[in-house]
Amino acid sequence: MGSITLRRVRKSFDTVEVIPGVDLDIADGEFVVFVGPSGCGKSTLLRLIAGLEDVTDGQILIDGQDVTHAAPSKRRLAMVFQSYALYPHMSVRKNIAFPLKMAGLSAAEQDARVAQAAGILNLTPYLDRRPGQLSGGQRQRVAIGRAIVREPAAFLFDEPLSNLDAALRVNMRVEISQLHKKLATTMVYVTHDQVEAMTMADKIVVLQAGRIEQVGSPLDLYNSPANRFVAGFIGSPNMNFVEGEAAARHGAHAIGVRPEHWQLSTTAGALQGTVGVAEHLGSDTFLHVGLDGGTPIVVRAAGEVPVHHGDRIWLTPQDGRIYRFDAQGLAL
Amino acid sequence: MATRHQRGLARLMVAPSVLLLLGWMIVPLAMTLWFSFQSYNLLSPGTEQFIGLMNYRFFLSDPAFWAALTNTLLLVGGVLVITVGGGVLLALLIDQPIWGQGIVRILVIAPFFIMPTVSALVWKNMFLNPVNGLFAWLAKLVGAQPVDFLAQYPLASIIGIVAWQWLPFATLILLTALQSLDSEQLEAAEMDGAGAWAKFTHLTLPHLARPITVVVLIETIFLLSVFAEILVTTNGGPGYQSTNLTYLVYSLALLQFDVGGASAGGIVAVILANIVAIFLMRMIGRTLD
Repeated sequence: MGSITLRRVRKSFDTVEVIPGVDLDIADGEFVVFVGPSGCGKSTLLRLIAGLEDVTDGQILIDGQDVTHAAPSKRRLAMVFQSYALYPHMSVRKNIAFPLKMAGLSAAEQDARVAQAAGILNLTPYLDRRPGQLSGGQRQRVAIGRAIVREPAAFLFDEPLSNLDAALRVNMRVEISQLHKKLATTMVYVTHDQVEAMTMADKIVVLQAGRIEQVGSPLDLYNSPANRFVAGFIGSPNMNFVEGEAAARHGAHAIGVRPEHWQLSTTAGALQGTVGVAEHLGSDTFLHVGLDGGTPIVVRAAGEVPVHHGDRIWLTPQDGRIYRFDAQGLAL
Repeated sequence: MATRHQRGLARLMVAPSVLLLLGWMIVPLAMTLWFSFQSYNLLSPGTEQFIGLMNYRFFLSDPAFWAALTNTLLLVGGVLVITVGGGVLLALLIDQPIWGQGIVRILVIAPFFIMPTVSALVWKNMFLNPVNGLFAWLAKLVGAQPVDFLAQYPLASIIGIVAWQWLPFATLILLTALQSLDSEQLEAAEMDGAGAWAKFTHLTLPHLARPITVVVLIETIFLLSVFAEILVTTNGGPGYQSTNLTYLVYSLALLQFDVGGASAGGIVAVILANIVAIFLMRMIGRTLD
């Protein structure tokens, strides 16, 4: 069991208010991703849940129990750090066994649990090596191993993939998702990468300046963003925003259209512009278009499109794929 | 990569300084070796003659030699234990965010800047003196008999003085090492359920293993040759109770004017220092992987 509830949680460092008040429910077994730009308070929120920072005001409940002032080790949570935080002078085996040793388990029990965790994570051949002798991905797995042997109520991940190279990151993403399916334990995952959030999460929490902007499933956020910030943050490349007359035609202060929701034409359409850069990837073509009003637009067209630098083209947003926002940035 | 030609040129270029340094070391060493085989006393000039290993036999069979050897090892070992142990504790203490941290750090480091003769004099006259010393005053305050430290516990007193001088060095090195300990590791250990003591023994101490070896190595080099503190306070006495090898060689050469015997003692000291160095290098090799 591992449901986590935050009630009006506030955090300030001296006079600076980092988190002005957050309410959030995380159900047992859910994979929740906190996502937002750097400095939005997502890591602080995770550390508050872990107990590594003291809550200024409000309550944290785990399985209905108030743990607001409990020590980190009493919360039955395991955390994977961005730097992995492995103990450099201990072998992989001792690293993974460390929480069990601290819990006072017998040597036989420790060995059994370490062997099991190593089996799950394909670490068995490396048990007697030191962290310094492992690659980044292997270290990452040791850090996860140290977390899963404790059989915690929930896992906390603090940007665990940001130190890995791009190819490895994709692999580890899949491995962590598979681990979640296998263990069915609650996971709270912090990242600034919206692709990680979209691919892994059951539920995404978008944060900005310590406030929750929107909570929902990845496709909820993609299809019905609550405001301009969420609309611009979720989706890659970012959503395009057009203001002025074109927006007024739709009765809004600004309209947003995702790069994949434009129709291209060389003869007629709603908006006209000049192609600045055309990126031909084979499967897709990305066009960076400057509209005549000066607004830059990114267009993603499927397949190969024979358009080049300097070409004049017409763009029309697809019906039903136009997001309308008022002057405050809220969705209409 | 350097070609063979470039390497040859490089050797040629460094040769003068290497030769100079080699000569600087070889000439005194060769002269000491030469004197150590001579009967050579400044009080009876003109009687110098080759006597083989006689100087060594006299030096090694002198009861003062064994006393001095034991004292040297006790002095080095005692100061190392106090400075490393105390250094770890002090470093842990001043790593904490405490009020007046800057001033406390300066105070802790200050003894290192005081020259050995001065600090030994300060200790002798202001702390350990049985009439005017601070400790005597404290003893009288509680109605106890003041202790004449330098007469009753000469070696322990000198160990105390030298340890006081070297404690800042150990503290400084260990403090910087402590500050390089990854805070995420400590947080991970905290989440893993480790208490303060477990964190200290499982994380902090292993992290300090390497700086501690560095402290031990550097201090040993200097502690083998402690001299000023002994000359200023006890003159090696009473008897040979606070004479170390350095002081014994000094007394042979400059109190008894026995250049031959002192040279033999010097060579023995060099050999002993090398034995200690071999042990230390092996120890360091282990911690440096």
